[in-house]
Order: sequence, then C-alpha cells, then structure tokens
Amino acid sequence: MQSFKAAATTTNQDMFCHSSFFLRGDDCNSRHQTHFPDLGELDHPAVAFHHDDAVDLSPSSIFSSKSSNVAVAANDLHYSALNTSIGATEMVSGGTGCLNTGQFMYQKGPAFGVSLGNGHIENWADSGLADKSQQTDTSTDIDTDYKNQLHGVQHGPMKVDSVDQSKSKCGDLKMLRRLAQNREAARKSRLRKKAYVQQLENSRLKLTEMEQELQRARQQSCFIRTGLSDSVMGNAALAFDMEYGGWLDEHQRLINDLRLAVNSHMGDNELCILVAGVMAHYDEVFRLKSIGTKADVFHMLSGMWKTPAERCFMWLGGFRSSELLKILGNHLEPLTEQQLMGICNLQQSSQQAEDALSQGMEALQQSLVDTLSSACLGPTASGNVADYMGQMAIAMGKLATLENFLHQADLLRQQTLQQMHRILTTRQAARALLVISDYTSRLRALSSLWLARPRN
Amino acid sequence: MHCQTTGSWGSYMPTTRTAATVVVGDPLERIERLASENAVVIFSMSSCCMCHAVKRLFCGMGVNPSVIELDQDPRGRDMEKALIRLLGASPAVPVVFVGGKLVGAMDRVMASHINGTLVPLLKQAGALWL
Repeated sequence: MQSFKAAATTTNQDMFCHSSFFLRGDDCNSRHQTHFPDLGELDHPAVAFHHDDAVDLSPSSIFSSKSSNVAVAANDLHYSALNTSIGATEMVSGGTGCLNTGQFMYQKGPAFGVSLGNGHIENWADSGLADKSQQTDTSTDIDTDYKNQLHGVQHGPMKVDSVDQSKSKCGDLKMLRRLAQNREAARKSRLRKKAYVQQLENSRLKLTEMEQELQRARQQSCFIRTGLSDSVMGNAALAFDMEYGGWLDEHQRLINDLRLAVNSHMGDNELCILVAGVMAHYDEVFRLKSIGTKADVFHMLSGMWKTPAERCFMWLGGFRSSELLKILGNHLEPLTEQQLMGICNLQQSSQQAEDALSQGMEALQQSLVDTLSSACLGPTASGNVADYMGQMAIAMGKLATLENFLHQADLLRQQTLQQMHRILTTRQAARALLVISDYTSRLRALSSLWLARPRN
Repeated sequence: MHCQTTGSWGSYMPTTRTAATVVVGDPLERIERLASENAVVIFSMSSCCMCHAVKRLFCGMGVNPSVIELDQDPRGRDMEKALIRLLGASPAVPVVFVGGKLVGAMDRVMASHINGTLVPLLKQAGALWL
C-alpha cells in the first residue's frame, strides 16, 4: 500500500495505474471483503473504484456466482468474469484468480505482451486507476478508452506516449471520450443481456427437469404405497397427499381441454366424451379418498391435504355438495322446467343428507365425550384399570364409525355430481364442471395470496 | 319352520335349525312382519350414531319413521345376524324399509334420496304428503 500512496502523490505524468482484478474463485460470494477501502487511501482525485460499486456487484448482479460464464458490470468498475462468453483475453485463466484490489498486478495474459512489475503504477493525468486493459472489457476510464481507440484495439497495454497525445487534444478528447463511453456501455449492456438470457434458458431447462422428476416421484410413491403391507400412518398420509397432487394436475389438464372445447364451440358428441372424462376422473379422486380414509381417517378429516382456505370451508373431509349447487346457480341457464325442478330437488336432498350426517357426527362426538368422561375423572379417579380399558375399548369402537361417516360424506358428494350430470345437457354439464373447477381454483389461489401477504 | 320367499324380500337363505333350537319366531319373518307394520321402518341400535343420522334424515323430510332398537329387543341379537345376512355386509344397522320393501343401509338410502327415487317411494307408501 505504501508504494501506491507514493505513486499517487507523484506528479509524474508518465505514471498510470494498472490494476488487475482477479475474481477469487472462492471469494465470489464475498466480494465485499475485498480491500476497497485501501483504494481510498490512494488519495487520488478520481478513483474509479468505489467500495459501494464493488459491494453492489454481488447482490445487484443477477448472475449466479457459481456460473463462471458471467459478466458482471458495475457503474464505473468493471470486473471481467472468468471465461466470459465473449472473453478472449482474460487475465485469469481457468476458474481461479483472486480479487485483490490491494495489489496492482499485471498478469500476463494471452493477448498481452506487456507486463509490469508489482507495484508499478502509472497515473493518467486526471484519471483514476482503472486500467483493465488486459481484460477484454476495459474500464470506463476515459483515457484508457481513448487510448484504446487511438491504438485501434479493445485491449492492450497502455503506452506511455499516449499520455502526451491526449493532453494535446483536449477538445476532441471530450467528444471521443463520450463516443467511447457509449460504445462501452452498449457493449456491456449486450453482454449483460446475453448472460441473462443464458441464465433464463438454464432455469427453464432445470424447471422442466424438476417437473419430470416430480412426476416420476409421484408415480413411484404410488408403488411404494401399494407395497406397504402394514401402512404406517405417516406414510399413508404422505402417499395420499402425493397422489392427490397428481390427481389435481391431471384434473387441471382435463379442465383446460374442456375449456378449450367449450370456447371453440365443439360439437356435442366430442364434448360429451370430454365431460365423461372429467366425471370419470372425479370417480378416481373418490377412490383415492376411500383408500386414504381406510388408511388414516384423521388425516383425511384434518384436511391438511387441502389449501388453508379450502380447509376452512370444508365439510366432513371435502366440499359441501349443496354449496356447490348454490354456486352453480345462475351459471346453468337456460334450464327447462324439468331441469330446474331436478336441480332444486337435488339441492334440497343434498342439503338434507348433509344435515343428517352432520347431526350424526354431533351424536358421535357427544357419545365419545360421554364414554371418556363416564369413568371417574379427576382427583377421585379410581385406579381401576379394567374400567379404564373398558371405556377405552368402547371409545375405540365409536371412533371406528368415523370412517363410515367420512365414507358416506364422499358418497354423497359423488352421487350429487353424478345426478347433476344426469339432469343437465352435455353443454350445461361442461359449463358446470368449469364453474366448479374455477371456484376451487380461486379458493386455492386465495390461500396462496393469503399466505404470501405482507405482514408488519 | 320353512321360510318362504315373498315378493318384497327377493330370495334369501332359509335358516336351518335342529329341533332342540327351535326359535319361537324366525328372525327374518319377524323383521318382515315388523317392516310391513308401518310405512317407514328403521332397524337401529340406540348407541349407533349412523342410525341417529338416518333417523334425522327422515325427520328432516317430514317423515315419521317407526324405529326398532335391536339392543333393546330380547330377540335383537338374532335379528341383527339375520340383517347382516340380508344385506350381505356388516354393520347390520341402520336398515330402512319403506312400504314393507327393503331400501338398504345408509349408503343406499342416501343414494336413492339424491337420485330422486326415495321421495316418490315415500309418497307411494303414504309416508309423505305434498
């Protein structure tokens, strides 16, 4: 450092600063640790390196530091990454190098013939240090650019005699300086864009890979589940969650196809097939739920496999049929008299069935409370183990009916959908399925928004 | 005692018993007799919550069903077994008969209600007036 200070204070116009910046391979993530403050000590009027700029590189850089094909740009400071796509001449070869602003070293690169010793600093008359001449992207140091232009090369060592020329052509200097700066900025911009696009492409590929992996994992989980002889509760719950996720994806695909068909005014014959496909797919989810209920009734009841908003308005492990029919309401018009009556009856009967099952559940809960509290509780509780075990056995029996209730609720949902399909025409049924699906999608979206909402 | 097939039952397995174990009344016959005594008959058990649900369903429709609590009947045990055989599945209760005819367990009752066949059946049996 001392030598730098000494150099800075010299008035020798022939001096200029070389600086080479190496990206330290393992320092990529911690550029802020570079010794930029040292530069401040140089006490030079127009130090081109700013601590802030350097620090900004890491966060503001949109490029992953892992990628070595990254061009990093700063305002006044330009760091050439290792082996950029355009990079022909890099001061660092391979993937190693070190960002060491404290040292001004001239590294021998393939394109450079000149090498200066350590600590040899030459100053431009009024410019800052930054000569990145050994890099393909030179710094924005105006004099450097001007010099490069004079010599007709993008990169190359600075020659001392250029200093005199620049001094004598001050008028043209400004204009040429500006042009060079523009060129430079444009080039950097192009490089940035190129690297950004590159990264986007990589991300896209990665995304498709991950989607495929996810699909594969889901299919594998299906085999895992069927391979379980005595399913552990956690596994059963997980297995259902995964299968349900797969079901949802497929459902979305079918619904999208249906939407396209409806919007393109497809004929009834083809539309009928698509509608039947969606209905059959609904049967599939009820089959999955049936298996899930037998494996882990509490998980199904908990609704943890649904999004929060869906879970809030859940009834006995799923949607409310009567609610669904209310939502359909006006979307089904025009309806014939017979259809209207059919839908009304359906809504009424599904409501009655729901109420009946709800009351049954209440009775179950009350019965459970009675059973668990019938044996003496509290301080007076007797140590009668047989009594306790007896009550527990009864309670276990009552809990078993929980599966039956869930099963009946799912049957109710399935039958409501099927009856609706019977009453409506193909086109009406298609619209109804789209409405139901859209409503559910919105609930799910609401959940996401809610979870992501900004909190103070 | 031989069991005969009646129109409302369809076919069922005849019960065989030794002379020593003759039961006063064949359980199935008893069930049949009880089922035809009222428009809507529910075989239930007082502790069963699903039975409670089915009762609430009919009451909610404005029907007044007659309920036979098997756990409170001296011959309830036999009738329970007979019902299991009749349904071909456990649990035995709840089982619903409308107009002397077997509708089935909870799932069948709900299915027929949803697809709109239960209400006409109730009206035909005189359990519902509208």
